[in-house]
Amino acid sequence: MASMKKPAVAHPSLTPNKLGLVVRDYEGAMSTLCAGCGHDSVTAAIVRAFYELSIPPHMIAKLSGIGCSSKTPTYFVSGAHGFNSAHGRMPAIATGANAANKSLAYIGISGDGDSLSIGLGQLCHAIRRNLNMLYVIENNGVYGLTKGQFSASTDVGSKSKRGEPNQQRPIDPVLLALSLGASFIARSFSGDKTQLVPILKAALRHDGFALVDVISPCVTFNDHVGSTKSYSHTRKHRLEVVQTDFVPLGQEISTDYAPGTTQSVTMHDGSQVRFTKVAEDYDPTDHEGVQSYIQACQAKGEIPTGLLYLDETSVDMHAANATVDVPLSEVSYDKLCPGSATLEQFQRAYR
Amino acid sequence: MLQPAKVNQTNDFAFKLANVNGTGSASANGLIMQAIFRMGIPVSGKNLFPSNIQGLPTWYEVRVNKDGHTSRTPDFDLMVAMNAETYAMDIREVTSGGYLLYDSSWPLDKALHRPDVTFLGVPLAKMCTETFSESRERILMKNIVYVGVLAALLCIDMDVIAKILEEKFKGKPALMESNRRAIKLGYDFAIDNFECPLPIRLEKMNATQDSILIDGNTATALGCLYAGVTVAAWYPITPATSVMDAFKQLCGKYRKDADTGKNKYCIVQAEDELAAVGVVIGASWNGARAFTSTAGPGISLMGELIGLAYYAEIPVVIVDVQRTGPSTGMPTRTQQGDILACAYASHGDTKHILLFPANPEECFYLAVQAFDLAERFQTPVFLLSDLDIGMNDWVCNKLTWDDTYVPNRGPVVTRAELENMDKFYRYSPENDDAVAARSFPGVHSKGAFFTRGSGHNKFGGYTEIPDDYQEVMDRLARKHRHAAEAVPSPDIRTQPGATIGIISLGGCDSAVREAVGILKNQGIVADYMRVKGFPFGESVVKFIDSHTTNFVVEQNRDAQLKTLLIAETPVSKERLRSILVYGGFPLSARHVVDGIKKHTET
Repeated sequence: MASMKKPAVAHPSLTPNKLGLVVRDYEGAMSTLCAGCGHDSVTAAIVRAFYELSIPPHMIAKLSGIGCSSKTPTYFVSGAHGFNSAHGRMPAIATGANAANKSLAYIGISGDGDSLSIGLGQLCHAIRRNLNMLYVIENNGVYGLTKGQFSASTDVGSKSKRGEPNQQRPIDPVLLALSLGASFIARSFSGDKTQLVPILKAALRHDGFALVDVISPCVTFNDHVGSTKSYSHTRKHRLEVVQTDFVPLGQEISTDYAPGTTQSVTMHDGSQVRFTKVAEDYDPTDHEGVQSYIQACQAKGEIPTGLLYLDETSVDMHAANATVDVPLSEVSYDKLCPGSATLEQFQRAYR
Repeated sequence: MLQPAKVNQTNDFAFKLANVNGTGSASANGLIMQAIFRMGIPVSGKNLFPSNIQGLPTWYEVRVNKDGHTSRTPDFDLMVAMNAETYAMDIREVTSGGYLLYDSSWPLDKALHRPDVTFLGVPLAKMCTETFSESRERILMKNIVYVGVLAALLCIDMDVIAKILEEKFKGKPALMESNRRAIKLGYDFAIDNFECPLPIRLEKMNATQDSILIDGNTATALGCLYAGVTVAAWYPITPATSVMDAFKQLCGKYRKDADTGKNKYCIVQAEDELAAVGVVIGASWNGARAFTSTAGPGISLMGELIGLAYYAEIPVVIVDVQRTGPSTGMPTRTQQGDILACAYASHGDTKHILLFPANPEECFYLAVQAFDLAERFQTPVFLLSDLDIGMNDWVCNKLTWDDTYVPNRGPVVTRAELENMDKFYRYSPENDDAVAARSFPGVHSKGAFFTRGSGHNKFGGYTEIPDDYQEVMDRLARKHRHAAEAVPSPDIRTQPGATIGIISLGGCDSAVREAVGILKNQGIVADYMRVKGFPFGESVVKFIDSHTTNFVVEQNRDAQLKTLLIAETPVSKERLRSILVYGGFPLSARHVVDGIKKHTET
C-alpha cells in the first residue's frame, strides 16, 4: 500500500502519557483510504487506546491480512513492527509471533472478507487456542479493494450498490466467537469512539483472544440506501446493550454509578472492566444468556453493541502450554542445547 | 521332493516377514532387527506397511550384509508367511533354494507349493493356544514364537535376545515371562524338528559397535532440538508425524526449565499445513528458531505462505518427508517426488534452498545446518527426507555434537546498533551474501518496519515502480546463487578408469553405492556424485562436464533432479540420462545396475 508521512506539527495541548509520549507518537502514516472510511475512525480509536494505556510502541506488534482493513496498521504506531501478511492468514502468523514472544501486545486488524471467508478457519482456530491478542474485524459487509462484491457478513436482503439483494445468510463473528469459546467478545461502531476506546483498552489488557467486531461502513461501495452496513442504518438500528468503562490498575473509580446498575470484572493485571447495564437483565459474563439475548436482538433487526461477553478465567495459549515466563525468543542458546554428553547418553537407547 | 540346497550364506542374506497389521508383529520384527544389530552385523529393515490401522497386509524386510550393503533387495532367501491372504504373492518372492516358514496349525494349500523351496511348518497358533490363555496374548505371542524359531534357524544369539527383553520389559514381569516362554517355545520346536541352523545364518561381527539403530524422523527431531528450536508447528500427516512426535518427546525430556518445570518450547498443532507454516513464519519473524514437518500434500498447501517467507525474507525450515504422490498418492510408500515442488514452491519467481539427507545420520546434521542456512540467507530451507529414511530404522554412525557450536543467526541488528543508527532499513545495506540485517520486534522502535508480501523497494517501502521492484528481485536471485557454495558440497567418489558418471541424491545412496561395486565387477567403472543440496555449486557442474554420460538415478517419474540440473546449471542435457524408479518401494542396487546396463548395451 502506498503511504504518506504526516507533517510533524505538534499541537501545544497534547499531554504526555506515563511514558512521556503524546498521541502523535502513536500515530502512523497518512491514510490512503477513501475520505470518510469507517476504518480511519477505528485507527484513531486504536491510537487513543495505545496512548492511554501507555504501551511502549516497540512492544506492540501489528499484524494484518489483505484488504482495505489490513492496510490500516500502517496508519497507527509507526514505532511498532508491522506485518502485512497474506489474505486470511494473519491468525497463524500471529500465533507464531505470540508463541515466540509473549511479552508484546499483539493487535491484528482484519476485515469481513479476510476473517469470515478466506480466513474463517484460521480465525476459528486462533480463538480455540485462545491466542493472547486483540483481533479487530473492521466489518463493512463488502469487498472494497475488488469493488463491491458481497462478503460473508452481508445480511440477507441487504442490497449491493447496483441494487441486487444478498441471498446468503451471513456469518456473525460475535455468535461464531461465542460458540467457539472466545473469552472476550465485543461489537462496536466506527462512528462511536466513546464506546470503542474503552473496549479496545480492555481488549488489550485481556489475557486471551479478544474479538472486537467493529461495524465500519464503506463509504464508496456500501453506504447506500438498502445496505444494512451503512452509516445511517447502523446508527438507526444499533443497540448499546452494555456500556463499558475500563479502569486501569491503580486508578481511582471516579464516576458515580447508581447502585445496582453496575457490574465489575477484575482482569489478570488487576485492572477493572466496569459494565453499566443498559439493557435489563443483561449479564456479560453469562455465556448462554448472552447468546440468546443477541439472537433475540438480531431477530428484531437490532445490532447489539458493547463489550458483550467477558470471561477472565480462561487460559491463554502460553498458559495452556506452560511456557517459561521469559519470551522463548530470548532464551539463550546455551539453555536450549542439551550438549554432547546428553546426546551420547540419549543414544544408548538406540543400541 | 528335489530341492537345490542353499550354499552357505553367512551374514549375507535377506528374509521377509509377511504379517497382518495390528497383530503386534512390529515389535517382534523390531526385536529381530535389534538383535542382529547387537550381534555386530550390518542390517537393514524396511517396513512396508499399509495406510491402515488393522487387518491389512504388512511386510517387514530384513537384509543382512557383512559388507554393509543395506539397501533394499527384492530377493528373499526366507519368507515368514504369517498372512494367509498374501501367501500366493509371498511364495513367489522366495529365491530358488530358499525357505518358507508358515503356520502349520492349518494345512497349506497344495497349489502354493514350490518344488525349489523348503517349507518349514510350525504350528504357531496351536502352540500359542495351548500355552497362553488370553486371546489377545495368543495372537501377539505367535509373532514372538516365530522369533524363537528364527533364532534357531538363523543363529540369532539367544543371550542378546534375552538382554533386549530384559531392557524392554523392565518392571513388567508378566509380559517378560510371556515373551520368554514364547521365544523358548519356538526355539525348541525348531531345534527338535529342523536341521538348525540353515545355510543362511548369522555370525557375530564387530561392524556396529560405533553405530546406532535409528529412524530418520527421530534424528531430524534431534537435530531441531540441538539447533535450538523453540517453536514448532505441524499438521498430522504420514510419514512426517513421527518427526513432531519425537520432537515433542525430546522437548518434554530436555526442555523443561530446571527451576520452574515450565517449558522452553511451544508446539502448535495447527488446523492445516498452511497455518502450520504461518506459525513458523510468525515465530521466526519474532526471533525464534522454528520449523514445521510435513509431506507432499502439506507442501502443496503451504505454497502460498512459502512465497511470502521468500519475498519478505523470513527464515523458515520445512522438513518434507516425501511420500508417493501425486494427490493423496500412496501415503505409506516412499518417493522423491517433491524436488521440483519444493525448489520452486509458490507463485511468481521463487527459488529455495534444498538439503538432501541420505540417511538418519545426515538428517540430524543437515537439520541443524538447515537453520543456519535459513537464518544466514533469511529464506525458506527444505530438508527433503523421505519415508524410507524417515520411518525405517537404519544402522548409522553414532551422532556426535560439537559443544562449541554457535547458531548462525545471520545478520541481525542489536538494540545498541539501532540506538546509534540514523535510520534502519530492512533490506539494505546488503552483505556479501546479498542479505541485509533483520531487526526483531520488541527491541527498539527505531528497528520498526513493515514486513510485507506486497511489492517493496530496497528500503522495505511499498512500491509499484518497475526498477525498484526488480532491484529487490534481482538481489533475491543473487542471494540464492550465493547459497550454492554454502549448502553442503556433493559427495563425490571417483575410480580410476571410470567411463560413466552416476548422479543421485538422498535415500538412493546406499543402493547406488552397492550398484557401483556390482558394475565394477561386471566391467563398468563409474564415478559417483551424490548431491546434498540445491542450489548446485561449481563441483556439481564440474563432475557432470567431466563425464560424457551421467546417469541420474532418482525415485520419481519425471526426472525431477535431472530437470533441476538442466534448468539450474549450464551443463548440456545430452550428458544426462535418467534411471527412474518410482513404484513406492525403496531403491535396490539391481534397479541401478539393470538400468545402466540397458543403456550401455544399446
